Amino acid sequence: MNSLFEYLLRLGDDSLILGHRLSEWCGHGPILEEDIAMTNISLDFIGQTTTILELAGQVEGKGRTNDDLAFLRFDKEYRNLLLVEQPNTDFGFTMMRQFLFDAYRKPLFEALMKSNNKQLAAIAEKSLKETKYHLRHSSEWVIRLGDGTEESHSRIQESLDTLWRYTGELFFSNEVDAELTESGVLPDMSGIEAEWKQTVDEVFAMATLTIPESPWKFEGGRIGKHSEHLGYILTELQYMQRAYPNMEW
Amino acid sequence: MVTELEIWKYLEEVFDPEVPVLTVVDLGVVRAVKINGNSCHVVITPTYSGCPAMKRMEEDIIDKLTEKGVENITVELVLSPAWTTDWLTEKGRIKLREYGIAPPENEADKSTLFADPVIVPCPQCSSKNTRLVSQFGSTACKAHYQCNDCLEPFDYFKCLR
Ligand SMILES: [Zn+2]
Repeated sequence: MNSLFEYLLRLGDDSLILGHRLSEWCGHGPILEEDIAMTNISLDFIGQTTTILELAGQVEGKGRTNDDLAFLRFDKEYRNLLLVEQPNTDFGFTMMRQFLFDAYRKPLFEALMKSNNKQLAAIAEKSLKETKYHLRHSSEWVIRLGDGTEESHSRIQESLDTLWRYTGELFFSNEVDAELTESGVLPDMSGIEAEWKQTVDEVFAMATLTIPESPWKFEGGRIGKHSEHLGYILTELQYMQRAYPNMEW
Repeated sequence: MVTELEIWKYLEEVFDPEVPVLTVVDLGVVRAVKINGNSCHVVITPTYSGCPAMKRMEEDIIDKLTEKGVENITVELVLSPAWTTDWLTEKGRIKLREYGIAPPENEADKSTLFADPVIVPCPQCSSKNTRLVSQFGSTACKAHYQCNDCLEPFDYFKCLR
């Protein structure tokens, strides 16, 4: 197994699938400004995907382009988190999912800037700047909805209760991470979880939200075991390339 | 034989497709120009990862230089060092304001969650009594503001660092 390729798929697939989820809001946002915000953020994620999967293709060395990787893999070959494939549900749920992810991506990219792989470090440096904007946007909404009306509070608390069980996977690690740490591609990542938890605690305190007590956590996305939702995403995402192989526009 | 200086001059005729008062040089996306024998290499850096204008700028650079008779042009996209709004030239900032877009202000580091809101003067009446409508505007690089005095809505070219 090519560990760097695997790791780049994790990064790229998180961006691709979450970017796709956000794009589903296009034309359906609760207000015009948020419609624009979500599609702008989606665009950032798709842009990140382009460079990450391009690098993945080079690292794999089998001549696959970023488009090949995005459009022509099967569900079990995707390495994204279960968190990012969860359906949008309502706007509050989307913002909660985004916040839990952004709060993880920021310290992750900060760490990856120190990778000894120059290309990966450059991608992290570039993406970090956008991630800070995304985090600011999603945390503001979590606070506004949590500390808002009775209804907005109860609905976003429910979103947190549902999504919390997918957050354990954020810090998944296996032999891929071990090997990349050994070779210096992955710098010290030990502080990421603590920083994520601190951000999450701070924002939830302001939002008057409570972390659910159940310790149960789902995982599987990082090794290709996905929820049923990924299949539906891929059906839509890959339709054109599957129906008309090699089509261009 | 074309010189680097001439290439830079030609590039000042290539405009940002989304903010057409700015050239690619004003915007700071052109990082380097290298002449090697009879080939010309231009290094550019994207503003935002998903900025749809980058591909277009790349093509426009090639078209413009070709039109000027330059041959063997290559354009390379580099990610590091990442573009920041500090690379926007002074001339670019003035052009933005005249065009009705507020140029980026010096903002506190966004790593703090809720930095003090930045004061963005209205590009129409210069009033500092303005408010943020949305962090995300008509393009990835802009936020949406409104002036509380003249009531004019306006774009703010947001600070990225
Ligand atoms: Zn005004």
